[in-house]
This record gives sequence, structure tokens and C-alpha cells, in this order.
Amino acid sequence: MSQTDLEIVVDDPTAPEDDSPSVVSSGTVEIFVCLLLLALAATLGYDNWRTGASWDSTGPEPGYFPFYLSVILGGSSLYGLIVALVAHRKAAETFVTRAQARRVMAVFVPTLLFCLATQFLGLYVASFLLIAGFMRLVGKIALWKSLLTAVVFTAIMFVTFDIAFDVIMPKGPLEAAFGY
Amino acid sequence: MEAFGLLLHGFAVLLTWKTLALMMVGLVLGIFVGVLPGLGGPNGVAILLPLTFTMDPTSAIVMLSCIYWGALFGGAITSILFNIPGEAWSVATTFDGYPMAQQGRAAEALTAAFTSSFIGSLVAVLLITFLAPMISSFALKFGPPEFFAVYLLTFCSFVGLGREAKHKTVISMSLGLLLAGVGMDTVSGQLRMTFGSSELLRGINFLVAVIGLFGISEILLTMEERLALRGHAASISLRVVLSVWKDLPKYWVTLLRSSVIGCWLGITPGGAIAASFMGYNLAKRFAKDPESFGKGRIEGVFAPETAAHASGTAALLPMLALGIPGSGTAAILLGGLMVWGLNPGPLLFVEHKDFVWGLIASMYLGNVVGLVLVLTTVPIFASILRVPFAAVAPMIVVSCAIGAYAIQNAMFDIWLMLGFGVVGYVFKKIGIPLAPFTLALVLGNRAEDAFRLSMIGSGGDLKVFWSNGLVGSITTLAIVLLFWPIIEGLFARVGWTQGTRATSR
Repeated sequence: MSQTDLEIVVDDPTAPEDDSPSVVSSGTVEIFVCLLLLALAATLGYDNWRTGASWDSTGPEPGYFPFYLSVILGGSSLYGLIVALVAHRKAAETFVTRAQARRVMAVFVPTLLFCLATQFLGLYVASFLLIAGFMRLVGKIALWKSLLTAVVFTAIMFVTFDIAFDVIMPKGPLEAAFGY
Repeated sequence: MEAFGLLLHGFAVLLTWKTLALMMVGLVLGIFVGVLPGLGGPNGVAILLPLTFTMDPTSAIVMLSCIYWGALFGGAITSILFNIPGEAWSVATTFDGYPMAQQGRAAEALTAAFTSSFIGSLVAVLLITFLAPMISSFALKFGPPEFFAVYLLTFCSFVGLGREAKHKTVISMSLGLLLAGVGMDTVSGQLRMTFGSSELLRGINFLVAVIGLFGISEILLTMEERLALRGHAASISLRVVLSVWKDLPKYWVTLLRSSVIGCWLGITPGGAIAASFMGYNLAKRFAKDPESFGKGRIEGVFAPETAAHASGTAALLPMLALGIPGSGTAAILLGGLMVWGLNPGPLLFVEHKDFVWGLIASMYLGNVVGLVLVLTTVPIFASILRVPFAAVAPMIVVSCAIGAYAIQNAMFDIWLMLGFGVVGYVFKKIGIPLAPFTLALVLGNRAEDAFRLSMIGSGGDLKVFWSNGLVGSITTLAIVLLFWPIIEGLFARVGWTQGTRATSR
């Protein structure tokens, strides 16, 4: 009835191997996160207590509500920490394997660089660099395709946001040279 | 019948070429977002929100809600053709949808999915049309204690009824409420938790957090997996559509059951995911031959899709009537309302009639247009998946950054988005749910204001939350829900059947 013989096949040549060794277990990350949250709860709790977490003549002081929330956050993180520590003795579940971590970093590092570039070069130049660079270096896509995609996408974004919808993005030296 | 007249007026507001065009654009973008891996309903709406900042609120909400309908439709395409659920609520659709595609019945399965999505949303929209005005006019009598009680009920039901570990839900929610308080205190004007930073003065914007938590973190998660896919291409012919529609009346029980489940779970924070599984399981349990499910049975597509969409749509009911979102996407739409200068809550029905009824009318129209659009364009959208992820990923990153920056024109927000991306990635991997965080971040300030105003009104007496029958019963219900797992356990010990079934599961 339908033309299901037409198959769509997409391959992933750089897929992470299934037997890659674990970098860190979920339990360890959980303990780490709980410790961080505990520290955050303590910092925020202290700050709110300083602002004033009791009652004055007009009702609760500004720090009242957040102070008790910090206490709740601290309490539940502490509980989470204990649960994670007890469970830690058993067989560890993998948080991320080495191959997966490599792939995640392959996105995260360019994104970080993109944010930096946006700060200094403006968003449009940064987005051109990110798309072209990522497609070429991480995706191993032909150079001309990468450059073309990056130019077209950036141009569409520029026209849509800066011109059609008046949503102004951060700009850098290149746009300044063109008078924007 | 007042609702009916207002609804007709809503249609009149909508029927201009400009709004219809925006509707089409929204639907196409939404289907696009729903089909792409690593993007879904909430992400799509959050990223595309900045597009609407300069529109008038009615056009903006029409476009955004159409993005949402589109994303709901789009999720089904990848589940059926590729066995890849584009959204968590499409998982149950793969059980029977993919086997059908393997048997060469992809067109039939897709038609079934789209049609049942349409029916599910339609039932929920009907519910909204008649129930929302009633609830909101009732809620007009609410004072601060009542509102705080309703917020408390929302938070407690997340903790008590959520399937995640309780302490993780509490962590996520209290963190969200805390971060909502950063910046200038709305009651006293004093600064809180800014640590002398002028960037934190503005507070942590909810939409920036959402873009990071859902958009950026989803890309990181997607990259971890093998992205190879193999699936069927399908085009839908009119003959298949008609033959599926001809059989629809046979399945009315399944459709009705799933719609009811969906509406119920959408209003309470059970969500579309729970609804789709429950719809599927009940259809299976009530079937004469349950073992034929999972092998390509059309009811196995009807049941979860109807429930998921009824629930996704019904989640907008509490948002419109009370200003309390029933789902992540509804929370983002609520964030949008605030950006456009509308104050969500029961007054919306009184002060912004055009807006509310325009939105409700757009739900009807958007669904009809969406159904036609999706039935005719499936082959195009399915081939989007041929585009390599290495090209899609950086484009999503750029869109996220544009979205985050545009909200307050602040570079700091782009960094904040990146930070939330990492937080979202780690939280998802260790099982800390993000939905309570999102809800707490958007409702935090309102909940706190309601609490402080009630405290000021009562002179600091907590008994104000039991001062009359209405507020008392809401507060009590909230506390019962908070401790629901313990109460259920007690019932089980006494020997009540419901409890025993829950524990044996």
C-alpha cells in the first residue's frame, strides 16, 4: 500500500564504542553533586540569614522564605549524600564511558568557545565559526558544504532577528565595519 | 452558552491572513523541532520564544501554541518510522507503531497517530472551553492564602505523586524556588543572594534557565548515543487515510478512555508521559487478545497518542484559569505571558478576553490545520533526519544563544545558559527531575508573595491557611499528597486492595 521500500539510512561513523571503559560511576557523581548542593545551601542560607530571616513589625523579612528553603535544600542534599554513600558500596553504575565523554566534550568545548567568541566578535561571526568549524572538524563534512551551510544559516538568522523582528544581537568589529 | 459566543469572537480575531500565516509557520517549525533529535516541545517553544517578543500577544501566543501542536505531531513521525521516540511521551507509540511500519503499514500507523492526536487534543480543548472560564471566575474570589494553598498543592503533588526518588524531587524544587528569589525582593526592595554582583541583580531569568536545561543539555545527551538510524520512508495516500477513518468508530471506547485519562493527568501534574503509558496499558488490559499488542496493532497507536495529546493540551487549563502550569511547556508559555506584559491568573479571563479566546480558538484551528499539514507533508519531514547531526547540533546551539540573549539583551545570560546546560546534563544523568525545578523557578516569586501577603494579613498566624473551608481543604489536600506514599503504605498494611496493588507493582 505505501512505499515503505524506500528506506532512510543514516550512519554514525564516530559513534561511541559500547565496550569503552567507564570514567566515573553515577554514585560518585551523585556524592559530588550532593556536596556541591550542600555548600550552595550553606552559602545561600548564610546570606539570607544575614539579610534577615526572622519577623519584624511588617511581617516576614526578605530572607525568611529563602532561608527556610536553604534549610530544606541542605537537608535533602544531606539525605541524598547519605543514600548515595550507602549505595556506593554496591556495584557501580556507569555515569559516562570514555568514548561518550570524548563525544560530549566534542560538543561542549566548541560551545564554550562559541560563547567566548560571541563576547568579543559578536554573535553572527561566532555562529559562522561554530557551524563551519563543527561541521568540518567534528562531523568531517566537506569544506564547501560546511562553509555554505554556515553562511546561509547565519544570514537567515541575521535577516530574521536583526532586520525582520528587531531583536538586536551582540555585534563585533565585522558588523561595525559594515555600519551595523 | 456565553462561552460559545466568546469563542466565535475568538475565531473572528484569528481569521486574518496574518494570523493564519503565523499559524502555518508555527506548525512547520514545531513539526521540524519535534522530528529533530535533541529538541522537543519545551525546547522548541523556549528557543523560538524570542521571535515573538515584538509581536502583539495574540499573534505571539497563536504562533507559540502552534509550535507546540506541531512538536506534538512531529514526535509521532520518528517513533513510527524510525523506532526513535522524539519525545518521552512517544515511547509507548513505538510499541505498536514501529512493528506496523515494518509490516509495510507505516502510512496506516501515521494516519492513526495523527488522527488520534487530533481527537485527544480536541477533547481537551472542549474541556478547556467550558471548564476554564468557570474555574477562573471561581478563582476570582481567591485571596493570598487561597493562592498560596494552590501553589502548595502543586508543589506537594509533584513530590508525593512523582515517580522519582522523593529527596531528588525536593532538591530540584527547593533549588528552583531559591534561584527564583535571587535579585531584588519584590515586597521590600532589598537585594537577596546577589553577593554584590550587578549581573545577578536582575535575577535568574526563567527562560534562560529553560533554554540551558532543555536545549543545551539535550544536545550533550544526544551526542552520547549512537546516532545511526535506519527507518522507513512513507507517504500517505488519501485512500489509506479514509480507510483508517472509516474504522474509527470501532475504537471509540479506546479513544474515549485515553482522552479521559489524558485530560485528568494533564490537569494534575502527572503529565503526558504517564498518560501515554497508562492509555496503552489500559487498552491492552481491556483487549480480548492482549498478546497481539506489541506486534503492530492499530489500537496500540490510538491509545497512547490520544492520551498524550489530551494531556499535553489539558495542561494548559490550569495555566489559563489559575496561572499554574500543568507541564513544562505550559510553564514556558506562562513565562511568555509575563514577557508580553500579561499577568497570568484568573483575571486574564476578565481583562484580556481577546487574548484568551483567541488562544482557545487557535487550539481548534491549529489542530485542524496541523492534521492536514502533517498528513500531506510526512515524507518531507521524515527526510529531515538525513541531515547529519553534526550540522544540526551547532545550529541548535546558535538558536539557544540567540534565544537566551534576546530575553534581556545580556551577554551574562549566554553564560548562564551554558551553566544551566551542564547542570541539566548532570541532573538528568543522576535522576534529579527537571520539571519540578522549572515549575518552582517560574512560580517561586508568586508563591512567596502569596505567602508573605497572607502572613502580613494574619499577623504571622499560620492558622490562616485553615481559616475557611476552601483554603483549609486545599491545604489539607496538599499535605495529604505530600505524604501520599506513606499514607498509601499504611493502607496497604491495613489490607486495602488499592494499596496492595501499588506495592506489588
